[in-house]
Amino acid sequence: MGATEETIAAVEEATGQYKYGFVTDVETEKAPKGLNEDIIRFISAKKNEPEWMLEWRLKAYAKWLTMESPDWAKLDIPEIDYQDIYYYAAPKSAEGPKSLDEVDPELLATYEKLGIPLNEQKMLAGVAVDAVFDSVSVATTFREELAKSGVIFCPISEAVHSHPELVKKYIGSVVPVADNYFSALNSAVFTDGSFVYIPKGVRCPMELSTYFRINEKNTGQFERTLIIAEDASYVSYLEGCTAPQRDENQLHAAVVELVAMEDAEIKYSTVQNWYPGDADGKGGIYNFVTKRGACRGDRSKIAWTQVETGSAVTWKYPSCILQGKDSVGEFYSVAVTNGAQQADTGTKMIHLGEGSRSTIISKGISAGKSNNTYRGLVQVMPKAENARNFTQCDSLLVGDKCGAHTVPYIVSRNPSGKIEHEATTSRISEDQMFYCRQRGLDEEETVSLIVNGFCREVMKELPMEFAVEAQKLIGISLEGSVG
Amino acid sequence: MNLLEIKNLKAKIGDKEILHGIDLTINRGEVHAIMGPNGSGKSTLSYVLSGRDGYEVTDGEILLDGESVLDMEADERARAGMFLAFQYPVELPGVGGMSFLRAAVNARLREKGEDEVDQLAFVKMVRAKAKALGVDDEMLKRAVNVGFSGGEKKRYEILQMALLEPTMAVLDETDSGLDVDALRIVSEGVNALRGEARGMLVITHYQRLLSHIVPDYVHILAGGRIIKSGDKDLALEVENNGYAGLIDAA
Repeated sequence: MGATEETIAAVEEATGQYKYGFVTDVETEKAPKGLNEDIIRFISAKKNEPEWMLEWRLKAYAKWLTMESPDWAKLDIPEIDYQDIYYYAAPKSAEGPKSLDEVDPELLATYEKLGIPLNEQKMLAGVAVDAVFDSVSVATTFREELAKSGVIFCPISEAVHSHPELVKKYIGSVVPVADNYFSALNSAVFTDGSFVYIPKGVRCPMELSTYFRINEKNTGQFERTLIIAEDASYVSYLEGCTAPQRDENQLHAAVVELVAMEDAEIKYSTVQNWYPGDADGKGGIYNFVTKRGACRGDRSKIAWTQVETGSAVTWKYPSCILQGKDSVGEFYSVAVTNGAQQADTGTKMIHLGEGSRSTIISKGISAGKSNNTYRGLVQVMPKAENARNFTQCDSLLVGDKCGAHTVPYIVSRNPSGKIEHEATTSRISEDQMFYCRQRGLDEEETVSLIVNGFCREVMKELPMEFAVEAQKLIGISLEGSVG
Repeated sequence: MNLLEIKNLKAKIGDKEILHGIDLTINRGEVHAIMGPNGSGKSTLSYVLSGRDGYEVTDGEILLDGESVLDMEADERARAGMFLAFQYPVELPGVGGMSFLRAAVNARLREKGEDEVDQLAFVKMVRAKAKALGVDDEMLKRAVNVGFSGGEKKRYEILQMALLEPTMAVLDETDSGLDVDALRIVSEGVNALRGEARGMLVITHYQRLLSHIVPDYVHILAGGRIIKSGDKDLALEVENNGYAGLIDAA
């Protein structure tokens, strides 16, 4: 594999800044490059999908062809050649593993390098992992244990077969196919992702976790996740992402849909560490993600927490549609950009239900010559009596070549609505730097400490085991940002 | 060997020379006081010693344990044993006190080639030292210096000194903003750290601190020069007659 050797050499040259920039040498099966109906049929056939699923995909594709890539974000993206991407790549040995023993040891070693607790032993820590490698879900642990409480946690490709009625009912119900350019693309070509169903009254007995990794060169990853929490249920879901270091840009266009019924609560946490490209902006992941949750039932709650440190380009607005009476939406975000990274991220809180409440806490850190934009919409619809929103957007600048931008949209169509927006922009002061360094901390340790302090309100929303990793990530991603 | 040797030290900020040639030698076990009126260069001296950016040494030498520190960054000097108790400690929003203190202590331990201290042992160590300085658990849980009163900030500085066990401690106007009781607690904390392990340089405008922390030597700094040195009685002379007479005589 010439490409692999090339990449390894490139990684070694690039000073090893990106800790997850290794490539796993496994044989893969790929569909030919490019996108057309045949490719979609190929993907569908590979997954042995029923006819309705294929039709859904083809409709999405037809829709996508009529759409245009959005250009309203504060992002400078070269034109993407959608015919130059592989839309399906599967590790050859990974088709249908029945247990961990059947999973390619090379893959397991990869996950070990990533620090994912995949084997059952480590699972005692209480995390069930659905690991998605390029386009296929490799292993889902702890499924039996979950099944006992009636929780379904499996690859979505499997749910299409085992629970077609649920998939049919909910897929595209929160993020319609034609919602935007990337959701249409995802709907046409999505390869895998997680499916979670929490029955009525069940509190999911463990944190559920998915780990995404893009290994194959020139592949796009189009995962699709669907989480349904029935009345009075609870689930906490974690998602982590990495990709090897490559000179080419790779595309990631995911769709995540959450549905919370009456009194249900979904906590969705992401630590995103896709390869950001080098300091000059060469390579890196283009991350175009549509995440949306519907608080359908009264008193339902959806909380998004994200720590975004990677990707060359991030275009992502995890949102809540607050339909239920007294429903609650929360968005906690840390977005770190360094080098030549660009992030345009934020949320949308759509208040439809009476007494619905939302909280937005966004912390943006810009370093190097990066650009970091918060873009958020708070919309109170006419029937949303007494809706409340509180938004706090803080930006921290490291160095003097980066940019921080805040673009809040506030639309209130009900006079009883209460909307608050606070925003600050600051930089690490020379006094703070000197104080920490006088205590023996070097420049990078100081920046990491102060930045983590700046993000603390958000970090404390993360599950414990993720918080530690996220803290370290923030330190790593700011390396070389000073001096 | 002398612990700290300052030879003909000249330093400027921007184009303005503030220190015009300072000579001072401090040995282990000694406490020196530097007194002087406002604008005499006291704080500049503390920043030049600790390596703050923006303070340029134009001539002379600073030796710590016989090694020049002039090419060392502030954090390298700190890890080599130089400590500055700040006149105005800065707030670090969101930075938990315990993790900050532990990071600092571990940086110093790493430099000495010793094992880092684990969390549990560290908490024990901090609690013991904090108690003596009247720093309670609640304060340790807060973000560094955030919402601290003037007295609390100064006690926190001395706590850090007690944890880091520097060989050379510079205390910049540690008495400013302290009431009588706080001054006594802080001074007791400092006195407990006196001994053969370290030298101290106490910078102050007023004599009152020096009746609590009794120095072995007193130097008068005025106009960027040490104009007179003596023992603790020199501080009383300043108290009684002010700086003017001394400056005129020099």
